[in-house]
Amino acid sequence: MACQGLQKGETLESLKRESETLKKKLEEERNKLNDVELHQVAEKVEVLSALSIKTRRVLKGHGNKVLCMDWCKDKRRMVSSSQDGKVIVWDAFTLNKEHGVPLPCTWVLACAYAPLRSLCLIMNGYLGLDNKCSVIPLSLDKNENLAAKKKSVAMHTNYVSGCSFTNSDMQLLTSSGDGTCALWDVESGQLLQSFHGHTADVLSLDLAPSETGNTFVSGGCDMKANVWDMRSGQNIQSFESHESDINCVKYYPSGDAFASASDDATCRFYDLRADREVAVYQKDSIIFGASTCDFSLSGRLLFAGYNDYTINVWDVLKGTRATILFGHENRVSRVRVSPDGTALGSASWDSTLRVSWSFSTGSNYIFRFIKLLFWVNSRLVLEFTVAF
Amino acid sequence: HTVSPSLQGNAHRIHFLENFKVVLEMQDPATGVKLQPQRLVITTIPHAITGEDIVAWLADRFQIDAQEARSFGSMLVALGYIYPIQDHKRLVVKPDASLYRFQTPYFWPTQQWPVEDTDYAIYLAKRNIRKKGILELHEQEQYNRLHKWMNHKWDFIVMQAKEQYRAAKERKKPDRVVFDCQERAYWVVHRPPMIFTQQSIMRPRVKSSVSIGALVKYCATYKGHDPFLSKCLPSNPWLTDDVTYWALNMPNVEIPTKMRVERWTFSFGELLSDPRGRDDFRLFLKKEFSGENLAFWEGCEDLKWGTAATMKEKAEQIYKTFLARGAPRWINIDGKTMEITVKGLKHPHRYVLDAAQTHIYMLMKKDSYGRYLKSPVFKETMKKAVCPEEHKFSDSQLEQNARNRRPSLSPIIIRQQEQEQKAKMAASAPVDITQVMSKLSKQDFQINTYRHIFDIFGNACFKI
Repeated sequence: MACQGLQKGETLESLKRESETLKKKLEEERNKLNDVELHQVAEKVEVLSALSIKTRRVLKGHGNKVLCMDWCKDKRRMVSSSQDGKVIVWDAFTLNKEHGVPLPCTWVLACAYAPLRSLCLIMNGYLGLDNKCSVIPLSLDKNENLAAKKKSVAMHTNYVSGCSFTNSDMQLLTSSGDGTCALWDVESGQLLQSFHGHTADVLSLDLAPSETGNTFVSGGCDMKANVWDMRSGQNIQSFESHESDINCVKYYPSGDAFASASDDATCRFYDLRADREVAVYQKDSIIFGASTCDFSLSGRLLFAGYNDYTINVWDVLKGTRATILFGHENRVSRVRVSPDGTALGSASWDSTLRVSWSFSTGSNYIFRFIKLLFWVNSRLVLEFTVAF
Repeated sequence: HTVSPSLQGNAHRIHFLENFKVVLEMQDPATGVKLQPQRLVITTIPHAITGEDIVAWLADRFQIDAQEARSFGSMLVALGYIYPIQDHKRLVVKPDASLYRFQTPYFWPTQQWPVEDTDYAIYLAKRNIRKKGILELHEQEQYNRLHKWMNHKWDFIVMQAKEQYRAAKERKKPDRVVFDCQERAYWVVHRPPMIFTQQSIMRPRVKSSVSIGALVKYCATYKGHDPFLSKCLPSNPWLTDDVTYWALNMPNVEIPTKMRVERWTFSFGELLSDPRGRDDFRLFLKKEFSGENLAFWEGCEDLKWGTAATMKEKAEQIYKTFLARGAPRWINIDGKTMEITVKGLKHPHRYVLDAAQTHIYMLMKKDSYGRYLKSPVFKETMKKAVCPEEHKFSDSQLEQNARNRRPSLSPIIIRQQEQEQKAKMAASAPVDITQVMSKLSKQDFQINTYRHIFDIFGNACFKI
């Protein structure tokens, strides 16, 4: 079936040219309905009052880089996984460790808490030889050997990079270094649907909020963010504006938009109905890649963790940085807002997890303290708030 | 990314070579997978294998369990060494009597032919000659694109296609069928249906002012509910170490807070996704004698997100309860939707009730929801809703709160209790669910506030 009488160079060239022409045409079509920019509409929105977010809980217990974390639906428990091969379930409020699952291999790249709270998911991405995703049912018996109850559910032909339960404990969505995403039935391990379209490793995925249901977004090393229909396996929309690997994708709470965090040191915001990118969150002083992002409850704030050990908090509408959180002593691998929006959990290569929340809304204690300092010496106040 | 890319690449390549050896073993006439004939009306095609035989052979050969064998088999299908004859687009191994065939070595991935667009164009043109209109939508798109792109050599392509078509006609029918399957399988692996830029260009879009306006409005609507931007009442538990906020907002609390009830008015989705809100709505529907709509919607959700094993059973149950003629909780959907649904139920899959579910959802959203917000049920709930006073702790009180932090009831126990209650309710007469569920929330609240029993220190001393 080899072709006859054709120059290979000729085919590739016309291929490239045609591809570029089509992409330009797509951009033209998208721009036709582009009658306003986000920052223009945001001019009418009131400015955020000064945010004061502090980190006041530090969860210590892992022996190595913490690669992933997820909150439980009860708003205070969380699960974390680390390069030391352990998965720990914490009550972040009391700092108690409730379960610990040692796993035989390292590189537990991701973990997730099942919505109905009885199962916890762990993933093994071990140097290409154990490309599985497993589920572990949690129980009250603290002495139970949980690692033995591990049940393998998903299997890819390369490492598994991300996982998420759907609306129940019974289905699992995974993303993989083999360039695909897949939907699995937990009980039987059956593959329900596979999603092909990325041309390189898929690094992250996120399910649309339940009202808009049935779709999810994925981002990968091919610099593309794709939106998929779970029922048909079809790629519905695709966005290619990042200049490097997309490490994380997250839906806006209404489900009509999503954000992405990339190695190109920017986070971007995409409007799904207008079918285009509407904001880029960047600063000249930010040169390290963003590895993770999540929205606050109203969608006004975007928390993004970076490889320079910081968490930048962006004003999603105005495109400016609202504040910056320091504290981690190595790369921030994951940030997640708690289910009721009261706190931000962050995991880092410094082997700790931290929980942060807003101090600028209703803490009498802090306001009294600041007022006192202000009267003493205005210069002292400036140093005080910067040290925070 | 954290994992070394070169190492990943090597492992992947090793897998490739191993796979091809395995496939050779599988085809051994003496020790390989059992072959059987495939019947096609009057013709019989030889050399087909069943999914269950593939799984059994792999499990035996590598001494692995059935699930792993199935995963491995699916990988061989995904890579293109074996292809499904019946469900040719789903590249998996089904552990049943589904038929598969070994791909001819000519088409193996290890051959590493550069997958030429010219070949694909010839393939599509050939199929078009055989039967007009046989190309699927994505293939049609590809065909049009290639036609535009390769216009200068289209005569050559059509000539090649006609030649191949003519040569194929001279083969015996069984050979022809086999070759067609092999060829089709090859292209499913190498040209999977993907979104094409041309399709994207045609996509319906909304004006930016409209969609951005909606995004901005969402922020404004929820600002007062965002703990990073507004006060939590009575206080953010993380801030003051007082868990009243969580206790007042338990999933199935009897008396919700005013803020929570306000959220139900933002959208129908908000009302449904809050268990307390849904219960209130259910009560309202009961009074209007249209509770079957919500029950049907919940059944559909259960079907969509549930285990594959119970799917058929659930679909049948839903049909009997809501859709069949004379059903006890018959739902009112239009004739066309009913027709599609009933037809689909002959071969149920998890999305078979999608059309009916959307219809009922829109009905509730456009009609019942509006009436609910004006109803006495809602007004009563709103009236009773609590609006806690903001906490004003002194410094010493805050310190005491921090010292008194207690563990909460394990989510596992809460879930067990919920399941027990649901089972009890299913068994007994219809009960006001809010009363029942709120009892559970009260218990948990009490255990939290009057903690004597749980051994806190036992928990804290847990060692890994």
